[in-house]
Amino acid sequence: MADLRDLYQEVILEHSKAPRNYRVLQSANHKAEGFNPLCGDHYTVYVDVENGKIRDIGFQGAGCAISKASASMMTQSLKGKSTAEAEDMFTRFHALVTGKNRNPEDLGKLTVFAGVSEFPVRVKCASLAWHALHAALQGKQEAVSTE
Amino acid sequence: MSTVLKTPEVQAATTYDVQKVREDFPILRQMVHGKPLVYLDNAATTQKPQAVINALVDYYQHDNSNVHRGVHLLSERATEAYEKARVSVQKFLNAADHREIIFVRGTTEAINLVAQTYGRKNVGEGDEIVITAMEHHSNIVPWQMLCEEKRSVLRVAPINDSGELLMDDFAKLLGPKTKIVAVPHLSNALGTINPIREIVRLAHAQNIPVLVDGAQAAPRMAVDVQELDCDFYAISGHKLYGPTGIGVLYGKTKLLEAMPPYQGGGDMIASVTFEKTLYNRLPYKFEAGTPDIAGVIALGAAVEYLEYLGLAKIEQHEHDLLAYATEKVSAIPGVKLIGTAKNKAGVLSFVMDGVHPHDIGTILDHEGIAIRTGHHCAQPVMQRFGIPATARASFGLYNTKEEIDVLIAGIKKVSEVMG
Ligand SMILES: Cc1ncc(COP(=O)(O)O)c(C=O)c1O
Repeated sequence: MADLRDLYQEVILEHSKAPRNYRVLQSANHKAEGFNPLCGDHYTVYVDVENGKIRDIGFQGAGCAISKASASMMTQSLKGKSTAEAEDMFTRFHALVTGKNRNPEDLGKLTVFAGVSEFPVRVKCASLAWHALHAALQGKQEAVSTE
Repeated sequence: MSTVLKTPEVQAATTYDVQKVREDFPILRQMVHGKPLVYLDNAATTQKPQAVINALVDYYQHDNSNVHRGVHLLSERATEAYEKARVSVQKFLNAADHREIIFVRGTTEAINLVAQTYGRKNVGEGDEIVITAMEHHSNIVPWQMLCEEKRSVLRVAPINDSGELLMDDFAKLLGPKTKIVAVPHLSNALGTINPIREIVRLAHAQNIPVLVDGAQAAPRMAVDVQELDCDFYAISGHKLYGPTGIGVLYGKTKLLEAMPPYQGGGDMIASVTFEKTLYNRLPYKFEAGTPDIAGVIALGAAVEYLEYLGLAKIEQHEHDLLAYATEKVSAIPGVKLIGTAKNKAGVLSFVMDGVHPHDIGTILDHEGIAIRTGHHCAQPVMQRFGIPATARASFGLYNTKEEIDVLIAGIKKVSEVMG
């Protein structure tokens, strides 16, 4: 049986209570909203991209501990990365939370989300901000929904 | 069988034995994440007693055939069982006539039916439809769609901080332009019981018909549509211990007869030529196509089961559970109840400081406790209270005080885990 502590790791709880880069980014040239209509979680992700690199990134919104911590840690790990690297990380992060990633090491701190794979209904929470990021980088105007 | 047990003497002599009642529900005998299932999501859907499951199985094993069209024995049996269920539902709601009972897919379809038939015929440009601030989306969106089509206006009666309808404001919204009032009997997000009799009196004083969304009330209290004097009453089978996919629209004969049909097809016609079709009489005018026959028959079994237990006893039992749970939950530090109306039933919505309802739901699930988290298809209610979501425990006729103790321990565990 999955342990609740696998999901609610200390790092995750800590980020959910004190999210990093939790702000509207004035310099953002990419922005997208993500929401989960099932539970009402809703975030906006702001990205400042220059020459294919993420110079700065921020987010704001409301949601559960998993979605908020995931957004917070996502912004931390993407600063300075290229947009291609960011998209690649999303793919590997998604594989991680759905239990399909065989070498999670290269995700760094984000591996704390491995426990989500034991809680299938929470996969959407963990990936919500990433979906918004993806939409922002693709320049989509409409809010993305997890449904 | 149930008719024998339903005599008043027998009912008066038996007290409500919840442990015995639980034996009627096979699904409750299971473990979830290694813990006994504590099912507190009854406002979303209820579990089914063996009598309902048997009705479905028996129908498919012995009587399956189409209704109202065969001369053969199976069709005769199926038709008889189908129409018998209609009479059971008629008694359950105390409707004046069994032809006032129309089988639909559920509350949602019942409301859409009224909006698309009564509404399209009678609501015009500039006319108004009055609802409340505590609606389920299914009593908002069908009216919005109608308003969009007809350029009419949706007016929303406000509620106070306890989640009670402000009756003075409601009364003021009614006027010559109001063409229909649609209100919930019992709010699924807040648990508020609305004063339907009073609402109907105010509306009828101005000749405005009233639709009541009875999805949550019908499983929790004795409903008498004649006493309420409402014009339409909508219910869902799955919320009253019957199957999914079946529900009822009750309507007064006079209104139903004046309404155009909802869908066209078989069963709803008296005769068809390419030039002209004569519609069938009530209730068939509104039951186009092969209905959910098994569902109807099992719904009949569900309402008979409820009457056999006794709605008054169910109401009292759930009242005691809610009072007990309200006292215990509000004593937990950091927990706030959403919906504290004086007149309340079945539903305990709450939020916790610093913890999102979704996380509450996951942690409780780990304790074997099923509750619902989210906006409960009532986003305007969440907006009214300035919250994104709530955690909601909702009670059913098989829940026990011991289960509420498990819930309380679970909520305390949430604080531990989330720190
Ligand atoms: C008050 C209320 N009205 C309407 C509905 C819709 O019922 P159904 O989905 O069965 O059509 C519900 C179900 O959640 C409800 O609680």
